[in-house]
Amino acid sequence: MEENNNKPGLFEKGGKLGFLHSTYDAFDTFLRVPATVTRKGAHIRDSIDIKRVMIMVVIALVPAALFGMWNVGYQHDLVNGDLPTLMNKFWFGFWKVLPLFVVSYVVGLGIEFTSAQIKGEEVNEGYLVTGFLVPLIVPVDIPLWMLAVAVAFAVIFGKEVFGGTGMNFLNPALLTRAFLFFSYPSKMSGDQAWIAGLPDGVSGATPLTHMLDRSGDVANGLQNISDQWSLTDLVVGTVPGSVGETSIIAILLGAAILLWTGIGSWKIMISSVAGALFVGWLGTAFGITNVPAYYQLLLGGFAFGTVFMATDPVTSAQTERGKWIYGFLIGALCVIVRLFNPGYAEGMMLAILLMNTFAPLIDYVVTSRAVAKRAKKADLV
Amino acid sequence: MSNNINLKRGLNIPLLGEAILKTGKTIEPDIIAVKPTDFKGFTPRLLVREGDKVLAGSPVLADKQCPDILITSPVSGTVEQVVRGEKRKLLEVRIKADKAGEAVDFGIKNAASLEAAQVKELLLKSGLWVSLVQRPYGIIANPELKPKAIFVSAFSTAPLAADTEFTLGAEAENIQAGIDALAKLSDGGVVLCLNAKTASSSPFHKLENARIFTVSGKHPAGNVGVQIANISPIRKGETVWTVSLVLLAAIGRLLKTGKLNLTRKVAITGPEAKEPCYVEALPGFNMKEIAEFTDNSKGDVRFVSGNALTGTNVGADGSLGFFDDQVTLLHEGTERELLGWAKPFRTSQFSSSKAYFSWLLCKKKYPIDTNTHGGVRAFVQSDVYAKVLPVDIFPIYLLKACLAGDIDNMEKFGIYEVLPEDLALCEFIDPSKNEIQAILEDGINLMIKEMA
Repeated sequence: MEENNNKPGLFEKGGKLGFLHSTYDAFDTFLRVPATVTRKGAHIRDSIDIKRVMIMVVIALVPAALFGMWNVGYQHDLVNGDLPTLMNKFWFGFWKVLPLFVVSYVVGLGIEFTSAQIKGEEVNEGYLVTGFLVPLIVPVDIPLWMLAVAVAFAVIFGKEVFGGTGMNFLNPALLTRAFLFFSYPSKMSGDQAWIAGLPDGVSGATPLTHMLDRSGDVANGLQNISDQWSLTDLVVGTVPGSVGETSIIAILLGAAILLWTGIGSWKIMISSVAGALFVGWLGTAFGITNVPAYYQLLLGGFAFGTVFMATDPVTSAQTERGKWIYGFLIGALCVIVRLFNPGYAEGMMLAILLMNTFAPLIDYVVTSRAVAKRAKKADLV
Repeated sequence: MSNNINLKRGLNIPLLGEAILKTGKTIEPDIIAVKPTDFKGFTPRLLVREGDKVLAGSPVLADKQCPDILITSPVSGTVEQVVRGEKRKLLEVRIKADKAGEAVDFGIKNAASLEAAQVKELLLKSGLWVSLVQRPYGIIANPELKPKAIFVSAFSTAPLAADTEFTLGAEAENIQAGIDALAKLSDGGVVLCLNAKTASSSPFHKLENARIFTVSGKHPAGNVGVQIANISPIRKGETVWTVSLVLLAAIGRLLKTGKLNLTRKVAITGPEAKEPCYVEALPGFNMKEIAEFTDNSKGDVRFVSGNALTGTNVGADGSLGFFDDQVTLLHEGTERELLGWAKPFRTSQFSSSKAYFSWLLCKKKYPIDTNTHGGVRAFVQSDVYAKVLPVDIFPIYLLKACLAGDIDNMEKFGIYEVLPEDLALCEFIDPSKNEIQAILEDGINLMIKEMA
């Protein structure tokens, strides 16, 4: 307990280590609920806080992370054949993925703590989620220094310059990925990036890259995918890809947690799926591709992005009607990029980042219309 | 046109300590505090000095801007002390009651035969004018104006609020007289909102000379501001007055007896209240009078005049506010719960969020204390606030406009329609722990300053 004398405590303002107050406070309140009582306004408060909200998202991400670790081992075993048991595969993946988590958290939290310290504010919990997302959306073999640079860029320029969690307009985890993609494309795309320990000369392309393979007939996508993977493979997630994005089942588990707790918006998830199906259907109807629309939901980062990134409450649309529009456009844009951009298969990242930018505009239109409509509403008396 | 309004959004907070329907004590007036701070927009000018003798209904304070608006003494006695705070701000006038119980005689009046000007004069002189609250902004009604209508909510849905059918059920005649008088002050007349659940058996459903709506839903369905927004939203340039049922009955009593009598049944409630029940008392009674209802030996009880969401922390030596008919006794939650947010269930703490599991135990009542349960953060979740606000506005946009001091957007997002009390539930459920009522209050104060 705090001492009851007038001297400031070790970590309080004026104390010996007062300059570390934010850091001390972050660890202290992590362990114990702060003793602060209400001063103004409502005297009682709900026991929910941002820590709880964020930790629920992290819990929702755990199935995808665990499966991803196993899948890293499984994919390695497919080409090298040296990991016989399930636990072999999992531990191989675990030790491959763990450094990504360490780098993501050490760099990101380091910047968060420093910036909170400089501003004299409490450390925000937002990075607990971002730091968990980042390793799941990058290829497992990404060099750690690249990851560190990308995380630093995203946290500083994507979040802190705007004032921290709640003030940013771009999803910081996706910004990390975008930074990597544009700075080090050879490590982020193509056939060589996705499988840990891929021998030279072997292709490790993802199903999404196969769909795009335009070398032969334009409409060969479905054939290219099903040559190598069954529909079950795509749903279960035993395919190459970013660490956490492959398993639809694990992602749906996470979606269930987010929807159950009301933390993720079901409107965004549903409308994003609808948008992807719609454009996917248009693609088949006009003969641009022969990949059925529902494949678009299973390929690449679509499912992961829809469930965990598009629903980020800070960077998505804030109004309920806006969420429908925002989600639909993400799904639609993602598939448009996939169908019409031969160079770059993964449309989800850019679709979400673009819609992040447009979310305030959507909200502006929605609120203006609602206000105008309400002004015309007749009174009851 | 339907006269039933069914509000879907809201939340009833399962707070422990509901008062049983019994009058446990009648508090004889001893020291009664008159608090100008109860009235928004009132700049007090002191009309009495320490040692002066006053009667019930004698003026104690006048408004500097509009000298006709008076605050009068609720008791007869002697002015004992004038309490001032920082910068000599007038906080309280303490009146030591005598046993005589004398009152100024304003004359018995028949409400139906009064002119609007006479009603105004009577209310201003008797000190009951200040019970009329003007929206937008929640200030004292301006006697020069004619409001669109006068709204009365006949029930409260706030946590542990006094049951008006118990406290005022026997006063239907007084309330009727009050309605008859107030109806003269507005072209739109009086609009009365009853609780839909009990409307047919309610002692108030036979009231006349008012348009009656029934309202159902969780808190804040009983808030008059929410009812107005759903019946006749306040637009720019319009004014609406509201009066609480307690004070409407007092207005009726004034008409029928010619005397100011603010006596009311006050619910003593809250998790720290022993045997919560009702007491009969005057506004301004000291909390020492109800010390027996709680154990404050450790000094860890918060005395709230009003309900747990919108009341005022008056302290163990404070007094009941003019508008309040409830005292909530809460535990000051300075204990530090280990790993609180990380516990998987945490069923001992109430949360409306499904991130906890207390919603599974829907019948349970919780001894909620005053701990904030977390640190202040920027707004993160966007969809939780509107779920507890049955008014078609965008609460977070409004609050952000208030924070930015952006008058245009404050207007656009509904600053005219809500008072801090209407957004109190948003503040309760806010995971980011922002002081939403204070933010809105600052916005309203800015509007008053800029639009004056």
